[in-house]
Amino acid sequence: MAKTGALDPRDRGGKAQPLLTVQNLRKHFPVRGGVLNRVKATVHAVDDVSFSVRKGETLGIVGESGCGKSTTARLLMQLIAPDEGTLIFDGDEVGATGGISVAAMRRQMQMVFQDSYSSLNPRMTMVDSIAYAPHMHGVPKRRAYEEAESLLAQVGLNPQQHARRYPHEMSGGQRQRVNIARALALEPRLVILDEAVSALDKSVEAQVLNLLRELKARFDLTYIFISHDLNVVEYVSDRVMVMYLGQVVESGPVEAIYRQPRHPYTRALLASKPSMDPDKRTTAMPLTGDPPNPIDPPSGCRFRTRCSYARDICAAAIPPLAPPMVDDGPAEHLVACVVPEAQEGRVLTHA
Amino acid sequence: MASDTTMAQPGTLAAPAAAFIAPAGYWKLVRRRLLRDKTTLFVTAMLVAIVFISLAAPWVTSYDPYQGSIMLRLKPIGTPGHWLGTDETGRDIWTRLCYGGRLSLLAGVVPVAVSLVVGSFLGIVAGFVGGRIGTLIMRTMDVFYAFPSILLAVAICGLLGNGLTNSIIALAVVFIPPMVRIAETVTAQTRQLDFVEAARAGGTSTMQIIRHHILSNVLGTILVYATSLISLSIILSAGLSFLGLGVTPPQAEWGLMLNSLRQAIYVQPYVAALPGLLIFVTSMCFNLMSDGLRGAMDVRLNR
Repeated sequence: MAKTGALDPRDRGGKAQPLLTVQNLRKHFPVRGGVLNRVKATVHAVDDVSFSVRKGETLGIVGESGCGKSTTARLLMQLIAPDEGTLIFDGDEVGATGGISVAAMRRQMQMVFQDSYSSLNPRMTMVDSIAYAPHMHGVPKRRAYEEAESLLAQVGLNPQQHARRYPHEMSGGQRQRVNIARALALEPRLVILDEAVSALDKSVEAQVLNLLRELKARFDLTYIFISHDLNVVEYVSDRVMVMYLGQVVESGPVEAIYRQPRHPYTRALLASKPSMDPDKRTTAMPLTGDPPNPIDPPSGCRFRTRCSYARDICAAAIPPLAPPMVDDGPAEHLVACVVPEAQEGRVLTHA
Repeated sequence: MASDTTMAQPGTLAAPAAAFIAPAGYWKLVRRRLLRDKTTLFVTAMLVAIVFISLAAPWVTSYDPYQGSIMLRLKPIGTPGHWLGTDETGRDIWTRLCYGGRLSLLAGVVPVAVSLVVGSFLGIVAGFVGGRIGTLIMRTMDVFYAFPSILLAVAICGLLGNGLTNSIIALAVVFIPPMVRIAETVTAQTRQLDFVEAARAGGTSTMQIIRHHILSNVLGTILVYATSLISLSIILSAGLSFLGLGVTPPQAEWGLMLNSLRQAIYVQPYVAALPGLLIFVTSMCFNLMSDGLRGAMDVRLNR
């Protein structure tokens, strides 16, 4: 099963070609109501999101709850149909003629969910759950179960002890290991981890994170790591994408984003991160209020209602993702802000 | 948590771990848990006995269920030759009860079985597909909820005319709406759990998801509910016969027997109570069995 070293036979474009390219992904959810069940409003869950994931990297996606992280994940898996947008998996457009089918893409792309309990069928044992998808895809039963047991061992569980257990008989950390094993059973190349460690205890979280890192090296995986936990994202990611109200506000290499955030929202987010150094601890609230309602997002820059640098130009148009105006960092650092002072984080003298 | 066991090479790990463990199977586990439950075993044995005696009625009694004797009317329990006494036309009660079990059990089980199939099909479709189809199914069922169940059964029976078949149809119609509602609720709950999405992400087709992931989680609840309906069905069908809407005399059926023996309640109260007692015991057994089944099917409860 291990594919380390040799080039993956499914690899199409070589190392330089992004594994997944997302272009202008958009999903609006209708809000129905009234007697006739008419569409009253739309939730702008994901709006014009574009990014790419390179082979072998870990792309972190951060943002507050409700910013569209999980919707993005489900759109990528095609668990919900996007309104607009193109997915290109290793050079093949997903669902297009001459491209790759959704089913074929799903075999190479798997997902681990946040809730370890509800992601497992309560009526199936651990091996049942892991072997299920490969068996459905035509792997003989016996072999599927043997591979499931070997996968259990690879995620740190003892097959003799845990294979025939039911989800309620396992701890959260153990269940999440099983969920990871199930995702790996189809031998994917890309794994989307949607808050996969967020619900775990800190010590268990660290173990699972280390496990994820080992598995990544062993199976040549690429991760999309979605989390609201800034420390964890910094630890696992190569590149980071910051989302706010369904849009990408900043993206770039993890060091650049964490050392020199260019978007006022990213800066506020990072400032809200509890510091390990007592001298640097702050009680001042970097961000006040809740994000605006995604049903009726502000015009132009969606962050402007909470941004202290906001000015007229911010309301005029949605700022495009572009290299920072005042840059000394890497070229791939992109920020969606048009106010130079905001990008620099200059302290405002007047209110 | 043994996280350090993972450090070895994957190849070497797979070899010792490959001691093939056969898939346990959910129903095997349920059976094992049932066998440990004494109460459920006992009531199930009782039910098996009742069913067996009913089916074997011609062999467990030598009397004709329809042939009475004017000389032997309303004999008490313990009469030589008629150990459970006789009814108002001198027919042997034990014989009548044995033969009556056939119709009573039939009227108890068949409506439930019909509503189980139809109801869970409609309910799973409504719960899984949702949208307009779901709304259509559920609102149609709501119409039936407007009537109390016994009234609805009486009305349908009155409409179709009396007879066993019609009372079975009436009861099936009565039981379908609650069955649909339960199936729909459980399906809708199950459908939005992450493992269904995970299965879909793993390339499982909709039919396979329903068969392997929805059904296994929904069927338990529906089955338990259905067994609890059997007792209600027996009582309702007995009630219909009692009202003269179900089985017609001189056929032997517990509800009908209760009706005709009603007039003898001051003469032979114990004999008159026998069909009622049997209805009570049988429905009680079905209820207890359904309780036991629920306990055994819920793998989350430790036994």
